[in-house]
Amino acid sequence: MPVTTAHYLMLSMALLLIGTVGVLTRRNIIVILMSIELILNAVNINLVAFSEHLQNINGQVFTIFVITDAAAEAAVGLGILIALFRNKETVHADEIDILRW
Amino acid sequence: MQLDSILFYLFAVQILFSALMTITRRNVVHSAVWLIGALLGVAGIYLLQGAEFLAGVQVIVYIGGIMVLFLFVIMLVPVSEESKQRRFASQKWVVLVVTVLLTGQLAYFFSKGAAEFQIADTTPPPEIGIVTTNTEQVAQVLFSEYLLPFELASILLLVAMIGAIVMAKVRPGAE
Repeated sequence: MPVTTAHYLMLSMALLLIGTVGVLTRRNIIVILMSIELILNAVNINLVAFSEHLQNINGQVFTIFVITDAAAEAAVGLGILIALFRNKETVHADEIDILRW
Repeated sequence: MQLDSILFYLFAVQILFSALMTITRRNVVHSAVWLIGALLGVAGIYLLQGAEFLAGVQVIVYIGGIMVLFLFVIMLVPVSEESKQRRFASQKWVVLVVTVLLTGQLAYFFSKGAAEFQIADTTPPPEIGIVTTNTEQVAQVLFSEYLLPFELASILLLVAMIGAIVMAKVRPGAE
């Protein structure tokens, strides 16, 4: 059975599902950031699959931009995490509730 | 079964298994190491689709850059005993709704089978001079059509870098 573009899309969808569950369920902010990386990778698989399918290189160029954004997001997110840990002594998303009423 | 299919399923199993391990491990360092496995699998998927340049970028930027950053921060933040006891936050209704929706969609795709999906026809690749390899094609488009976004991306990285430093540094007199 040859692998078609639809196979890649299903793989991407499954990875997106796992990433979403990770973001929603975990308490540790570091793991939440890792789950976001999983989601971005699912997006990248999608972009590259369509780039291959349509024989159009633009999808791969967009993937480069997505990877750039992922790097920026990880840097800022981890910077915020360190600042947060210095103030609150916690890395758990459900213990950070100073903006909650 | 051709080699392509075997490799695809190998990488797919690797990605999904590693991703599942990433979001379920108790120890954050284990999560990070499993995530490296998932990212390597994605690099393999890129290779299968003829995106060699992206596979290289994936390994260098993600595994070499972002994952090292993650591991650094994990080492900076001590793991408390309490965090080992309860891994999951308690927002179960949101999780349940989102998971059921996405799983339903995935199950629908699987029940239909890949052959059911006919995505738009493949158009022949445009001839761009003598450029043939993947890296050259990416470079050709990146430095002509997407030159402005490319430069903006560098500004974004600069802003992110400065932001991260400002955020993480100890202000004099604060401690």
